[in-house]
Amino acid sequence: MTQHQVVEYDVVVIGAGGAGLRAAIEAATKGASVGLICKSLLGKAHTVMAEGGVAAALANVDDRDSWKVHFADTMRGGHYLNAWRMAELHAQEAPERVRELEGWGALMDRTPDGLINQRNFGGHAYPRLAHVGDRTGLEMIRTLQDHGIHEGIDVHMEVTVSKLLMDGGRCAGALAYDRELGRFKAFRAKAVVMATGGIGRAFLVTSNSWEYTGDGHALAYHVGAELVDMEFVQFHPTGMVWPPSVRGILVTEGVRGEGGILKNSEGRRFMFEDIPPLYKESTADTPEEGWRYVVGDREARRPPELLTRDHVARKIVKEVQEGRGSPHGGAFLDIAWIKEHIKDSEDHIKKKLPSMYHQFKELAGIDITKEPMEVGPTTHYAMGGIRVDPDSQMSTTVPGLFAAGECAAGLHGANRLGGNSLSDLLVFGKRAGEYAAEFAAGNTPVHLQDEQIDLAVQEALSPLERDPGADVGPYRLQYELQHLMQDKAGIAREESGLAEALDELQELKTRAQAMGAGGSREYNPGWHTTLDLQSLLTVAEAVVMASQARKESRGAHSRLDYLDKDPEWGTVNLVLKKGHDGEMELRREVIPEIPEELQKIIEEQG
Amino acid sequence: MKTTTFKVWQGNSDGGELKTYEIEVDQGYVVLDAIHRIQAEQANDLAVRWNCKAGKCGSCSAEVNGSPKLMCMTRVDELPADQPITVEPMRTFPIVKDLVTDVSWNYEVKASIKRFSPKTADHGDGSWDMDQYDVERPQEFRKCIECFLCQDVCHVLRDHQLHDRFAGPRHYVYVANMEMNPIDTGDRVAELREELGIGYCNITKCCTKVCPEGITITDNAIIPLKERVVDQSYDPLARLIKLVKGSGD
Ligand SMILES: Cc1cc2nc3c(=O)[nH]c(=O)nc-3n(C[C@H](O)[C@H](O)[C@H](O)COP(=O)(O)OP(=O)(O)OC[C@H]3O[C@@H](n4cnc5c(N)ncnc54)[C@H](O)[C@@H]3O)c2cc1C
Repeated sequence: MTQHQVVEYDVVVIGAGGAGLRAAIEAATKGASVGLICKSLLGKAHTVMAEGGVAAALANVDDRDSWKVHFADTMRGGHYLNAWRMAELHAQEAPERVRELEGWGALMDRTPDGLINQRNFGGHAYPRLAHVGDRTGLEMIRTLQDHGIHEGIDVHMEVTVSKLLMDGGRCAGALAYDRELGRFKAFRAKAVVMATGGIGRAFLVTSNSWEYTGDGHALAYHVGAELVDMEFVQFHPTGMVWPPSVRGILVTEGVRGEGGILKNSEGRRFMFEDIPPLYKESTADTPEEGWRYVVGDREARRPPELLTRDHVARKIVKEVQEGRGSPHGGAFLDIAWIKEHIKDSEDHIKKKLPSMYHQFKELAGIDITKEPMEVGPTTHYAMGGIRVDPDSQMSTTVPGLFAAGECAAGLHGANRLGGNSLSDLLVFGKRAGEYAAEFAAGNTPVHLQDEQIDLAVQEALSPLERDPGADVGPYRLQYELQHLMQDKAGIAREESGLAEALDELQELKTRAQAMGAGGSREYNPGWHTTLDLQSLLTVAEAVVMASQARKESRGAHSRLDYLDKDPEWGTVNLVLKKGHDGEMELRREVIPEIPEELQKIIEEQG
Repeated sequence: MKTTTFKVWQGNSDGGELKTYEIEVDQGYVVLDAIHRIQAEQANDLAVRWNCKAGKCGSCSAEVNGSPKLMCMTRVDELPADQPITVEPMRTFPIVKDLVTDVSWNYEVKASIKRFSPKTADHGDGSWDMDQYDVERPQEFRKCIECFLCQDVCHVLRDHQLHDRFAGPRHYVYVANMEMNPIDTGDRVAELREELGIGYCNITKCCTKVCPEGITITDNAIIPLKERVVDQSYDPLARLIKLVKGSGD
C-alpha cells in the first residue's frame, strides 16, 4: 500500500481561476465544506491574464442593450452550435454576477455618471465589457481570492490532481500530489467541480501559460465524461509575433475596441475587403463611420476590425500568405493613428491600455503610442470541453462531477466572443458551486478504494522509475507534440494533415509511455511535464478526431478541403467519449430544438 | 544567437550553490527564457515558479544579478554583457528548492487582515455610484500582482526578519486599497499599528523602486496610512512627515 494522506470535504473544487474560486465561494456559502486545489499559487491562475473585460448587458453605456441582445450576439458568434440554454442563463445572470464583485471589493472603471463603464468588443452589438484598463482578469481573480479566503475554504496550493477517483459510477474525489515534496493526497468528496481551464499548451504558438495542458478535460474523459465541441479551438487574431521569445503573447482585442486598425504591408486596411454576410448589415462602410462608432456615435456601425475572432484571424493569415504581411509574418495593428482624432492620444493610449504599452515597450522595444505593432494569430481558448447539464453544470455522464469555466463546454459553440469567458466563469462557476453543494447534501457518502489509489500513485511515480535517457525527454516530446498540432491541427486544417496527425499522436503516446524523468519527487518540473504530457496527448487526440470528422468550415474550425459552412453540420455537435476498449469514440449529436421564444429573440435581433 | 553564461543557484533548505551554464540566447530573450532553456537542455529538474510569462501573474520573482526582478520581464540584452548573469531565489523567504521559495507566510498575513466590508448599496440592483476620480487612488493599489518583490527587498523583513510583527509593503498596499475604497466601511487603523506593525517601516522606499507595476507604494499607500495611525496614536516618524507635509489625507 502506498503512503498517502486522506482529506475529506463535501465539495472539492479543482482549479482556482475565476470559475473555481466562484464555485468554491458559492459552495461554501451554501454550507458545504470545501477544498480548493490548484497547480500554482493562489491568484496566479490564467484568469489573472485576462485583459479586455467581462461581458454583461448592464446597459450602462448604451441603454439599448439587454440580455436578449447579449444572448443573440453570443449565439450568432457561436454560429448557432451553442447550448442555447447556457447562452440564455449566461446573458441573464452576467449583470448580477458582475455587480456583486464590487460588493466584494472590485473597482471597475466608471462612466461619467459613476456607473460601471463598458467598452466595445468584437461581436458585441453595444459597448458591453466592464473593465479595469486592460487588467480586468487581475481585478476579478484578486477580488474572488480576497473574498474567498474569508469564506472558510481550505486552499491546497501547488497541488496537482493526477486522477479522479470513482465509487461505482459516482465521482468520489481526486488523487493529487504536492509540487514541493511529491507527497500524495487523496481527496474524498461527495461532489467534485472541475475548473481547470484550457488546452493552449497543445500548440506551439499560444497565449496560454504552462498550466493549460487540458488536465481537467483529460481527467474527466478518463472516468467516462463526455467531451464536446473539441474541434473548436480559438486562434486569437492578435498575438505578438516578434521577437521570437514573446511569440504568442496576447495583444488584447481592447486595442481594436479603442480604435486600433489592422493594415497590411501596403498600408491597406484589408479588413474592409471581405465582410461575412452575417455581419454585412452591422459593419461600417468607411473608416470614418468606423471611428464614429469607436467614439460612441449610436448611428454608426462597427469597424471591420471588430468582427469575430475567427474571421479576423483568417484574414491576417491570408494577407501573410499572399505576401502582404509585416516583416515577421503578421499584420500591423495601429493604435497610434488615433492621434488624428484625439489631442492627447499618447496619454489616452497609456491610460486605456497600460499593460499593452508596458508589454511592447519592455519586451519588443516598441512604443505603441507612436508605432504600429506586429501581430498574428495565437492559440487562445478552447470552446470545447466537458459536456454538462446547462442548469447544474453536472457532467452528462458522471454523477457528482461538475465542470465550469473554460474546461466546460456549451456556451460558446463554434466561436467565443471576447469578454464572454470572464462572465462564463462567474455565472457558471456560481451555478456549479451551488449545485455541487446541493448534490453533496442530498447524497450518501462515498468510499475510496485503496486499489484505485495505489494504481494511480504508481502510475504517477512511474516516470521517475524509468530511464531518463529512454527518449528525448519530456520537454522535447512536448515540443514535438506542439509542433505537430500547430502544423496539422491549427488554424487551417485538411484531411491529409489530420490523418497524419492521428498516426503521429499514437506514436507519441507510445513514446510517452516509455519516457522517464530524472531527479527526485521534490519540486521537479521534468517529472511534472511527463504527467502533463499525458493530458495533452488526450486532448490533442480529441481535437484531431473532432476536426477530422467535421467536414465543413465553421467558426474557429476551418478546413482547406471544405471551405464553406454546410447547413447539415449546422445542427450537430460532436461528442467524444472513452469506449469500452479504452479507445476514443466519436458520435454526432443533434442539438435539441431551440424554444420558440428564444428563436424569436434571435430573429428580432437580426 | 550568442552564448551567454548563467550562474543559477541550486539547492534546498540544507544549502546550495551557484551552478554555471553556458547557453545560446535568442533575440529578445528574457531571463525566464534562459532558465527554461537550461531546464530543457541541461537540468530537467531545475525548479522555477512561473505562469503567464507576460508580467501579469507575479510568479517568477527572483534576484537577477542581485536585484529583485520578475524573470519574465528582464531582458538578457539589458544586462551587462561582459559578466555572467546570476539568478538566485528571493532571499527573504525560506528556500523550497532552487529558485522556488516558500511564500506562504504572505498568504497567512493577508488572511489575518480585516476583510472588505461595503456600505449598503446605492441602488436596488445592488450597485454603487462611484466617481472615476475616487476609484483611481485605490485602483493604483489594485494593480499589485503579488510578486512579493517589495517584501523581498524590505530590510525589515530581509535583514531583520521581523515577519512575526511586520506585515510588509505588500500588505500595506492591500490595506490602503480597502481603506481608500469609496464604499468600504472597515477601520483597520488599530490593526495597522499593532498586528501589522506599520511603525517599523522607516520609508526608505526600496519597495517602490522594485515594484514591477510601478505602484508608488511608500508615498501613496504607506505614508497616508501612517498618517491615519498618527491621528489615532503616536508614531514619531509619521508625525514628522505630517508636520513637514502639512495636513494629512
Ligand atoms: C492573455 C489572455 C487574455 C484574456 N482576456 C480575456 C478577456 O479580456 N475577457 C475574457 O472574457 N476572457 C479572456 N481570456 C480568457 C479567460 O481569461 C480564460 O478563459 C479564463 O480565465 C479561464 O478561467 P478558468 O477559471 O476556467 O481557468 P483558469 O483561470 O485557467 O484556472 C485554472 C485553474 O486550474 C488549476 N489546475 C489546472 N490543472 C490542474 C490540476 N491537474 N490539478 C489542480 N489544479 C489544476 C490551475 O492551477 C488554475 O488554478 C483571456 C485569456 C488569455 C490567455
